[in-house]
Amino acid sequence: MVGKTEPVNGSVKQAAMSSSSSNPSRSDLLSSTFSLKSLKLKTKQQELLIRVSILCLVYILAFITRLFSVLRYESMIHEFDPYFNYRTTLFLTQKGFYEFWNWFDSESWYPLGRIIGGTLYPGLMVTAALIYWTLRLLRFAVHIREVCVLTAPFFASNTTLVAYFFGKEIWDSGAGLVAAALIAICPGYISRSVAGSYDNEGVAIFALLLTFYLFVKAVNTGSLAWALASAFGYFYMVSAWGGYVFIINLIPLYVLVLLITGRYSMRLYVAYNCMYVLGMLLAMQIRFVGFQHVQSGEHMAAMGVFFLMQVFYFLDWVKYMLSDTKMFQDFLRITVTCAVVAGAIALGVGTASGYISPWTGRFYSLLDPTYAKDHIPIIASVSEHQPTAWSSFMFDFHILLFLFPAGLYFCFKRLSDATIFIVMYGLTSMYFAGVMVRLILVATPAVCLISAIAVSATIKNLTSLIRTKSKTALTTSTKGSSGSKASSKASLDQSQPFQKNGAIALLFGAFYLLSRYVSHCTWVTSEAYSSPSIVLAARGAHGRVIFDDYREAYFWLRQNTPPDAKVMSWWDYGYQITAMGNRTVIVDNNTWNNTHIATVGRAMSSYEDEAYEIMRSLDVDYVLVVFGGVTGYSSDDINKFLWMVRIGGGVFPVIKEHDYLVNGEYRVDKGAAPKMLNCLMYKLSYYRFGELVTEYGKPSGYDRARGVEIGNKDIKLEYLEEAFTTSNWIVRIYKVKPPKNRW
Amino acid sequence: MDALLRPRPTLSLVFISLFLFLSRSFSQEIHITNAERRIDLSSHIIKVFLTLKVENTGETAASDILLAFPPTQVQHIAFIEALATATTGKRKKKSYVRLDVKPTELPDAPNGIKYFTISLINPLKSGDTATLEVLYIFTHSLEPFPVEISQSESQLVYYRDSALILSPYRIKQQITFIKTPSTKVESFTRVEPSNRAGTELKYGPFEDQTPYSFSPITVHFENNNPFAVVEELVREVEISHWGSLQITEHYNLVHGGARHKGVFSRVDYQSRSFSGAYSFKQLLARLPPRVHSVYYRDEIGNISSSHLRTDSRKSELEIEPRYPLFGGWKATFVIGYVLPLQDFLFESSDGRRYLNFTFGCPLVETVVDKLTIKVVLPEGSKDPSAVVPFPVEQHLETKYSYLDIVGRTVVVLEKKNAVPVHNTPFQVYYTFNPIFMLAEPLMLASAFFLLFVACLAYLHVDLSIRK
Repeated sequence: MVGKTEPVNGSVKQAAMSSSSSNPSRSDLLSSTFSLKSLKLKTKQQELLIRVSILCLVYILAFITRLFSVLRYESMIHEFDPYFNYRTTLFLTQKGFYEFWNWFDSESWYPLGRIIGGTLYPGLMVTAALIYWTLRLLRFAVHIREVCVLTAPFFASNTTLVAYFFGKEIWDSGAGLVAAALIAICPGYISRSVAGSYDNEGVAIFALLLTFYLFVKAVNTGSLAWALASAFGYFYMVSAWGGYVFIINLIPLYVLVLLITGRYSMRLYVAYNCMYVLGMLLAMQIRFVGFQHVQSGEHMAAMGVFFLMQVFYFLDWVKYMLSDTKMFQDFLRITVTCAVVAGAIALGVGTASGYISPWTGRFYSLLDPTYAKDHIPIIASVSEHQPTAWSSFMFDFHILLFLFPAGLYFCFKRLSDATIFIVMYGLTSMYFAGVMVRLILVATPAVCLISAIAVSATIKNLTSLIRTKSKTALTTSTKGSSGSKASSKASLDQSQPFQKNGAIALLFGAFYLLSRYVSHCTWVTSEAYSSPSIVLAARGAHGRVIFDDYREAYFWLRQNTPPDAKVMSWWDYGYQITAMGNRTVIVDNNTWNNTHIATVGRAMSSYEDEAYEIMRSLDVDYVLVVFGGVTGYSSDDINKFLWMVRIGGGVFPVIKEHDYLVNGEYRVDKGAAPKMLNCLMYKLSYYRFGELVTEYGKPSGYDRARGVEIGNKDIKLEYLEEAFTTSNWIVRIYKVKPPKNRW
Repeated sequence: MDALLRPRPTLSLVFISLFLFLSRSFSQEIHITNAERRIDLSSHIIKVFLTLKVENTGETAASDILLAFPPTQVQHIAFIEALATATTGKRKKKSYVRLDVKPTELPDAPNGIKYFTISLINPLKSGDTATLEVLYIFTHSLEPFPVEISQSESQLVYYRDSALILSPYRIKQQITFIKTPSTKVESFTRVEPSNRAGTELKYGPFEDQTPYSFSPITVHFENNNPFAVVEELVREVEISHWGSLQITEHYNLVHGGARHKGVFSRVDYQSRSFSGAYSFKQLLARLPPRVHSVYYRDEIGNISSSHLRTDSRKSELEIEPRYPLFGGWKATFVIGYVLPLQDFLFESSDGRRYLNFTFGCPLVETVVDKLTIKVVLPEGSKDPSAVVPFPVEQHLETKYSYLDIVGRTVVVLEKKNAVPVHNTPFQVYYTFNPIFMLAEPLMLASAFFLLFVACLAYLHVDLSIRK
């Protein structure tokens, strides 16, 4: 596998050129640059030039296709989690690494606080900070926000390079180029890496693919250097995203499959041992992972395979020492039994003594999609944790969905260590993609690579068919080993009359499909994945209408409330309030404490006087609710309210879901449940909304998000007062009144 | 209410009793024969126009005229200007000559009174008279009362002054007019003779007042004009010899009126016009003509509510903060724009270049508590010096921008309490060698050249150890 032959179209020139261009001397170089005649490039150089320019174009394409959001809106951070990442990056660049590592954040999870350094994956922040510092060093006066906004597109570009090398490693450079082009614009990846989507996944997919590539390279070469590189790639992945668990389970699984299929080799031994041991030691340096890497159930498979590997090595050595096969058979049986029993006992003792922690809920919910719904409502409440619908597969993969099986077919046809890996990666990640919407992202690189193999192999077969036909005389003598299959096929098919035309038609079909893919990807990117969700846009009578209410409210909080004010809101907005509003929040998107979130859910779903007691106990100064009744914005707090009830009810049985429903139906109009009409969330959302006419020809208090007239128009607040409502009513902030004087 | 209308009666008694002891010779020789004062209270920037007819009754010629202010007022004076009227030519056309005004310390000033000296161009000879027009501007002198108001109320403020003009000279005849923004005047101190008509209050005429006469008055009236106060404004003007002038302005805006109390109701604010009358939601910035690449943003991103109108003579940028500003509410934001260099950068006769730019705040009718102007000169410029028509604090800084090696010299000008009349041109002179313009393109070109050479070398040189 070391000296890979570049697949050059079988022609006479190739043989002659390959010898002369291999080692040009200095004088050759000079003469070739200065004489006009020799400006004509040699075939190998031509090929290199084309390859490099295609890669450069793909690199640029991957970057600019992610800039729709910047052009449509502005250079800003999107959504929810990226605001936390941005805030921590800002802290890192301002205060330095050690301060960042030891940061105790008292602005979130009031009154508990959060140890930031120990509860986050620092990879993304450190990466952005390093880019920022480098640019500053080179005297590019950029703002850290611009760096953060463009980190994800930059890493997406880098991912295309990795995809190229990976494709080259598992198939050939043609497949690599196609893979790079496919992954550059694949919506499944773009959804998480548009400019402004400053999230862990942005760099993690790069790290994931890099680790896999380096590991496959290490397995193929048996080189310690590549194995070391893959260990570092793994370290980067661990530092960047919790999805590293996928690597540390997939690689052992792959090794296990190789062992079972009798593909054990010294190369594999070196690659896996080096990668596992070093990767483990490095991963343990990340405080959020720490000793989990050797203690938690999710990481045990890797350790088991590591020991199994040693057993294999030992057996190999024994086999080499023993000449008698029968004795070896006996020995094998005893050793394997002993090893399995020892392993099982160790695992059992470890689990029983609590040394090895059991699997976490998130891990369970991956293996059993119904688990979260029954046991962890907080995971189930997040829309991106829902099982994937077929349409979203089609939406995110388009033709890749059909090319994927074709690629699998080609992989099986030419089975090697590398193709086994990509097949396993593809199949497992496809399963996870089916379990959770957000994991489509993990499957995307595999799908792109496998589809690239299908595209590349098909087109190559077709083109060689067309070419060989015209040069029938030459092919048989000059074809290299790679082209022999095609040429033999061609000579076989010579009897068939319309074969060349058929090949041309098929080629055009393939190009048509690929061009449809390109237009689909562009359309999806611009329509679906490029809105920041902080700024909402709607089409109005006079062009685009911008609803900038979130920032209006957060900026109002930042400027006009006391600096130590505590804001209670549903956890979705926690990160945004701390990052943009710079105020302390009770709960935020790092949902580590279910009870605390349930307390907020309970406050929101209680009557005002009960809620006041809870808010007093939590020291709340302001309550923030999101309300879409005026604008018809549907992902507001009233629509999320049932989850608050469920999560609150999960911890405090006082809250019962059926109190808020009428015959199992959730409504806010006159027919709504009395508890619903008087709970805090309802009151805060609809306070004085009854006086407002939202739509012509409809009664006052008509809720446009739900299309009904509200049931309780006469809302009186006793313990809270309206502090601020944004211009389109999307965010409403209430001030908690101080307690009344006792006399 | 009664007590409020007689503020500091003891203070005024002290004044009146003190001036008897202050019979110093310097002031006795000058008399003011007629004084007219017009106080304009229509916005939160108070303009006072004072017309003085001065007569020298002494033996010697007088070259200085003193203006006196009580210490409470003097700290709010943002601007003072004196003009001498002179009749020139045959047609007796009036023309104004600007006179030098300087703050002066006198050792025996009663009760901390501060003085400003007006230096006359031609000393006033014995027996001569001269007419002086004085304009001075106060900021932060309207005190909201009630201090906190709710959304539906309108804003009432106090203005305190003296019915008599404070002066070290004897004033033969004087009159004071106070203009309020509306006819709604809650109360005003009555000093005979005084009277009120429409939006105008008249105090006087008073005859023959001794030096340092003082009669405190308080006017309590409605003022719903926007009290837009910029607590701090940093304007950064970056000169690029490639043809543009980049201006970045950082504002810390606050509503300086009565504090907002209680609820802010969006329903009321949207549906009732009287609701929140004293709040403001938009501001106008007057920018130079031919402005382009204008942006308006804050720490958390772009603010979409702004409009730019340009014509050949001026540009107007209408900005709305993210939310309407009620009393005590704050907003910070940044305005940036680019101007063509040839409109503002010139070459002086001695070969130096100078930037001719407007001082002050482009926002209309705002008070700037602390104004900092930073002129970032191009890299490699030397000997900077600034010429500003009024006293400012100056120092130099260094700033690093794109591809800078030695850094750019920044001329920093600081001024406290700036008002719109400070929007006058100022100049920054410096020397610059145009060869420095090429430094950055050359650096970039050489970096790319090296990159390509490295690529060439990598492709053509065999570095492998194995043969």
